[in-house]
Formats: sequence, C-alpha cells, structure tokens
Amino acid sequence: MGTVMKIARRGFLFGSVAILGGVAFGWWKFATPYGNPVAGGLNPYVMIDGTGVTIIAPRAEMGQGVHTTLAALVAEEMDLTLEQVRVIHGPASAAYYNSAVLGEGVPFAPTDTGWLAEAVRGAMEVPAKFLGLQITGGSSSVPDAFDKMRLAGAAARSALVQAAAGRLGVPVGELRTEGGFVIAPDGTRLGYVDLAEAAAGVTLESEPVLKDRAEWTLLGKSQPRVDAVAKSTGAAVYTADLRLPGMLYATVRTNPRLGGAVKGYDASVAEGMAGVVKVVPVDGGAAVIARTTWQAMQAAGAIAFDWGDAPYPATSAELGAVLAASFTEERRDSVNRDDGDVDRALVGDVFEVAYSVPYLAHATMEPMTAAALLKDGALTVWAGHQLPTQILVEGAALTGLPAEAVTVNTMLMGGGFGRRAEMDVIRQVIALAKAVEGQPVLLTWSREEDMTHDGYRPAALARVRAKLDGGKIAAFDFATCSSSVVESQAGRLGYSVPGPDGAIVQGAWEQPYRFAHHRVTGYRAPAMVPVGSWRSVGASQNAFFHESAVDELAHLAGVDPVAFRLGQIDHGPSRKVIEAVAEMSDWGTRRAGRAKGIAFCMSFGVPVAEVIEVEETAAGLRMTGAWAAADVGIALDPGNIEAQVSGAMVYGLSAAIRGEITFADGMAEQSTFWDFEPLRMPQCPPIAVRVLEGLERIRGIGEPGLPPAAPALANAIFALTGQRIRELPLGKAVGFA
Amino acid sequence: MAVSFTVNGQARVVDLPPEMPLLWVLREGLDLTGTKFGCGIASCGACTVHLDGAAVRSCQVTLAEVAGASVVTVEGLGQGALHAVQEAWIAAQVAQCGYCQSGQIMQAAALLAENPAPTGDEIDAAMEGNLCRCGTYPRIRAAVQDAAKRLSEV
Repeated sequence: MGTVMKIARRGFLFGSVAILGGVAFGWWKFATPYGNPVAGGLNPYVMIDGTGVTIIAPRAEMGQGVHTTLAALVAEEMDLTLEQVRVIHGPASAAYYNSAVLGEGVPFAPTDTGWLAEAVRGAMEVPAKFLGLQITGGSSSVPDAFDKMRLAGAAARSALVQAAAGRLGVPVGELRTEGGFVIAPDGTRLGYVDLAEAAAGVTLESEPVLKDRAEWTLLGKSQPRVDAVAKSTGAAVYTADLRLPGMLYATVRTNPRLGGAVKGYDASVAEGMAGVVKVVPVDGGAAVIARTTWQAMQAAGAIAFDWGDAPYPATSAELGAVLAASFTEERRDSVNRDDGDVDRALVGDVFEVAYSVPYLAHATMEPMTAAALLKDGALTVWAGHQLPTQILVEGAALTGLPAEAVTVNTMLMGGGFGRRAEMDVIRQVIALAKAVEGQPVLLTWSREEDMTHDGYRPAALARVRAKLDGGKIAAFDFATCSSSVVESQAGRLGYSVPGPDGAIVQGAWEQPYRFAHHRVTGYRAPAMVPVGSWRSVGASQNAFFHESAVDELAHLAGVDPVAFRLGQIDHGPSRKVIEAVAEMSDWGTRRAGRAKGIAFCMSFGVPVAEVIEVEETAAGLRMTGAWAAADVGIALDPGNIEAQVSGAMVYGLSAAIRGEITFADGMAEQSTFWDFEPLRMPQCPPIAVRVLEGLERIRGIGEPGLPPAAPALANAIFALTGQRIRELPLGKAVGFA
Repeated sequence: MAVSFTVNGQARVVDLPPEMPLLWVLREGLDLTGTKFGCGIASCGACTVHLDGAAVRSCQVTLAEVAGASVVTVEGLGQGALHAVQEAWIAAQVAQCGYCQSGQIMQAAALLAENPAPTGDEIDAAMEGNLCRCGTYPRIRAAVQDAAKRLSEV
C-alpha cells in the first residue's frame, strides 16, 4: 500500500492507549510539538469503552454531512456499520490539524500534477502542522481525512485482531472481523468491546493494510446521515439549545458601523427592565444578560447608544468608487497566469466589458450563538465553530488562563458557510462569562445583529478584454478587483499573511481553458467593510465574471456555448462534466418560451458544469430546471454529494437573484429575511446532479457546486431575452416570478 | 401571571410575562428546544408549531394568547413515535444543517392534515414561508409527497 508507506515515512506510528474507562486507537506522531488531545501522546480517531465504539470526526458539522462521511472512513476499515458507532467532534486540538486546506493555497492549478506542484503541496503541509490549525473549510475535510482516518480504522482493527489472536491462540491471518466482532474459524466471536483493553497493549506486528476499493461496503455508497433522526425530531442540540443549570441568557448590540467606536450608551432603562441581570460593555457595544433571551433582546432595544463613525467609506456608491479606482499598478496583487503575449494580441476589434457583484451576508439559519462558563480557574466554551483551536487561543488571551484551562465543545451548527470561522461572538461570550463568573451564559444574536454584523462576501468588479479568432478566444485578459478576504479575516484573528491573496482571483486564474494569450490579474482594493469567507470564496464572484464573458464571446462568435467551451478545454474531467450536463439537460432541444444557459467552473479542484432553464411567465422569469455535473475523484457518499451540489446551487441562486448588502451612513441597509431574502420553495427549480469520478485526486464538495449557478442563470436569461446582465443581483434588471 | 395550556398533550402552567412570545416560552420556559429562533418576525418559519391544529409562527403568538389552547411542537408531533412526515424526512435524507427542519416538518404536517394529497404547486405554496439556507427544497418537496403517500396507506 503506497499510501501507508508515504504517510508512515512522515512519522506516524499506529497504536492504542488505555484511557479512563476505555481504550483509544489512532496514531502517534513523534516529534510532534503538540500535546495530546486524550492521553499518552496518541492522536485518536477511535475510542472503545463499555458502551461501544466512538469515532472522532474532528471537523465541524455545519450541514455538509462531514460527520457521516468521516465516520464511514473509519467504520469501513473496522468492518462496522454506521449504526454501530457513535460520532463526536472531539476536543479542540492542534493534533487534528488540517493539511489539505493550505495545500489548496499553492500557486499551482489543481490540474497541475507535475512534480513541482506536488512537492510544493507536500511542503505546505508543514506550515499547516506548525500552525496547528483545526479548520473546517475550503472543502478540505475529505481530502485531508481520506488516508488518515482510514488508516486509524485499519490500525484499530489490526490491534483488535492481534489481541484476539493472542487470546485464542489462532494466527492473525485466520481471523476475520464483522459487525464489531473478531471471528475465529471455529465460529468463536470476540466483541471489540471485550478485546479493547487487551488491544491497548498490542504493538502492531505490521503496518495496517487498507482495503481495496472493491472491498468497500460503506464507502462509495450513499449512507444514512448519522444526524438524520435527531434533525427530524427536534432532538439535535445546536449551541442555541444548550441548557445548563443556572444558565443566563444574553444578547448584544454593537456598532452597526462596523469597527466604529462606541462614544457612550445609556442603559438606565434597560437595567430596570424585567428579567435583566446586568448590562455589560463588550467591544464595540454592550450586552444584556437576563433570565431569558427574549427579555435580553427587549432590554437591548432599550439601550440608547452613541455610535462613532464607520472606518470606511459610508455609502455603497463611495465603496464602489474605491473599488473602481483600484485597477492600478500599485494595487496589482497577483498575475498568476500570463500565457503568450496578451498586450500584443489585443489589437483591432477587441471585446471589452465590465461586471460587478455586491457584498453578501452569510445569513445562516441559526444566528450567531455561543455559550461559556468561567468557573474555578477554567473556561469552557460551547460553539458551533469552524476554528475550534483558535478559540483556545482567544480564551487563554482574554482570561489570562493557560490554554490547558480552556475547553471547547464544538456543537452542531445551524449553517456555517464560512461565517462561523469568525471570533466576534466567541470574544463576546467570553467577556460575558467573566462578568457572571461561576454561571453559564448563552449568547444569541438577533437576526438583525447577525445580518448587519458580518464578514461579508466582498463586493467585486471585473474588466475583461478579449479577442476572437476563427470561432475561438485568441486572447483573454481578465482583471478583477476586491478587498482581500485573507487580509481582513486573518487580520481579525491577529495574523498578517504575506504575499498575494489567491482568493481574489480564485475561480478565474486556474480554469482549464487554453487560450493562446491568457492573463489573469488580481487587484487588491483597500480594506473597507469587513469581508470574510463566504461559501466558495473568490470563486463565488469570479465564476460569474469569467463564465459570463466566455458566454458573451461564444454568442459573438456565433458558436453554441457548449461546443465553444469544449473547443477550448483539454482537461479530460472538465470536458466530461460539460458533456454530462449537456446530455442531462437535453441541451440541444429548446422548448417554446424557455431557454437554457450553461456555465463551468473548477473550484477547490472540482470541475462543475451547470445548466439552468428559464421561462418567461406573466409574473416574471421562472427557473424550470437545473442540472449539474461534478467530478470529485472518488465519490465516498454519492447521496450526500448530490445534496451538497444541489444545496450549493440554491445558495448561489439566492444570491444571484436577490442577494445584496448595500451601505448607507456606514451601515448595512438590509437587516433581516424580508430585505435579504433567500430563494423560497416556489422559486426553486427541480435539480438533477450527476457525480463523476475522473479526477486523479479525491476532492471535497461543500463549495464547488456554487460558482457556476449565477452565470448559468444569467446566460439562460440572455438566451431567452437577449438581455445581457453584467451586474448582480439579477433581480435589479429583470423581474422574477 | 401563570398561564395554563396544553403542550404535546400535557397540561402545563407557565409563570412568565404574558407578552412573551410562545417561541421563548417553549424554548426557555419549558426547555423544548426543537422549535427554533430564526428571525423573530415571521419571515423564516423556523419557529413553526401547531396551535389548536393550525401551523403558526410561535414568535408571533404571545403566552397570554395560548391560554387554554393546545400546542404541539416537533417533539410531540409523533406522540412518542415517528410521524409519517418525520419518517419521510429521514427516508429522503432531507436535513443538512437541520436548523430549519423542525419548522418545515410542522408546516408540512399541518398541510397534509388539511390536504392529504397536495399537488406540487400546493406544496410549494404551503411551504413558501419556511426558509432553508442549505437549499434542501427539492428533497423537502419529495418528502412531502412521500409523507402524503405514507399517510394515505395507514
């Protein structure tokens, strides 16, 4: 098994250790700078105690099904079913660092598997390890876990089998495993639970061997989600549902001019209101701690604040003007692609257009929520969070306690989409825990606070110049500009990241199109409104720019948009998703009063093509069909992948049609679901998804379904009406039913 | 002021401010946390419960208004077992983050109690007030149809 050898050389030893009331299996990492999340230096993914088998899936469940898929990696190698295991997130620990997320930051296109690209990707694992980032994001959980967690399961199985061999006096090779038992040739069955203690003392005789794909019984097949029943019965516990003895409930109000000062506030009315325990200052505002959340929210509305000015231009028009003025040499951030000689090629009859997209809120269904308890020199934080190890850092810094005195319980998230990688609500709840030391406090933001205090998807502009020759794009000069998400988001965590921000050009520079003269330039606008990772990050805007332009050029060339793309892409898996979606949508057939549009984007290494069909009705445009084809390399759970692609399309279409955060007087003008309204069921078209497995590497799928949605819809509208819309949201230019 | 009403078939007496929305009475007075807070202004449907059999947004109903009434939440929908709508939800693997699903399920159950065989358009219209940010709408549609079939076979 090549994979085992490759990982083993990097310094992993498999093993097990007795822990309180049970045994943990996983691997040891020698020369690790980290303490051990459980006991004795072992980095565990499996724990067996008297109650059964627990799998640690150290990535946060925000709806993407990651707990089910990660558990299946371990269960597969242990010959267990998912019904036989319990799945927990486990402790916040640097030992669960995510190497795949930084691997995607390297300046090599995902289609580049040459030795240099692979070597640099490998080297990037080193900083990820030393930073000790336990991140859920970047569609990286599955690529990161694919080897690690299967190996942990295989190691646990080997130890259990070896323990059984010792007990029965039967050679290891004659034993098999099934359903939580080691089974001898004579039919004797020894349960994993009974063998666990003996297995803790086993030194593995050989490296664990992974199953071949042909032997998989869970992986590669759609699995029932481990959280499906709890989420259909009201039993699932999100942070907001935590109930602890003596718990107090709180909410906050902070300056809606984000980052602006609080010149003062008058809480005298609020302090006298029923149920109010106290009003506490927090960074940028104040919090009310009360007996119930509703009383806290009522009282927060009664505080009179004197807010300071916004530290950025106060209106959308002014913010947009700064963006437009940022296409300058000194603001040039990256030129990741510069093939041929674009400047020489772009002469004569040149196609030249500009596109724009607005700021967007994440608007998770569960508003920001966190709970904390500071008691007896220890801090415990409960939160659905994408960066639990960062909470350890913040908790120690804000309380003065050593990091070992901080515990993080990662809860289910009522939606993440990148929003729950921010520390604002965490810092606030720790301040509240200090103010009511000894008592647990649950902080819940109002919807209005949530919508108006985001790290928004940045507004962005693009300028595209191109030249056609012989029905193809001969020269393509793509320039895009936005504030830097990495600069803004890392800055809020207290880090500065040197070098260009790949997110500014993500979803544009690495596309597998082959134009003879091809340049992609990213311009970094000044930091203005706080911006953050929004599902699919830079690809969310760049796919709209890129695929709208390619579509315009196809029509200009008089070539069918599918054939036009296929004529200029030679990457096999990318061609296949385009061909698949054309077939699924019956691309060549047009029904009266309807038209289809196509778009393609490779993001996070996953090629995705989508087609959307629209119809003109008396009430406005209506989407009548949506089709997607995506290639993830190895489809571990096809049903979940379908759900992720389909859901990401809906998230992208919500933004494409109506999504917009605008600013006036330094404040977001939209504050709830009436004015930042996602798609509702009647607007949602039927969606069909096909999952392909042509890529060489396994890829994650939480985000790549999103980017092609907006341009596919815009291209369909053009095909139907002849109206080319170059600015999102589309609903500003056309009416939707 | 103590208010008496029935929750999931049980008589309850709650001593909380009469103007407190039912949502918060359920969540923090009775620790029935399956009913979710999403917006507080009836724009998302996450807090949907049944009030005397009708689907309502519990953020818009005060404690005083439910005096003597019968309230059913997602915890009590199946009366100790899974309701056909919940079975259909699990079979269709609807939930992603799951936060909106209690409200979706309560809305769907109310629809089917009133209209046992809804058309696609009727399902869309009945479910319009329930937002889902994970985009599970296609599976919700299929699950409502499946639940209708399950209920008709009982």
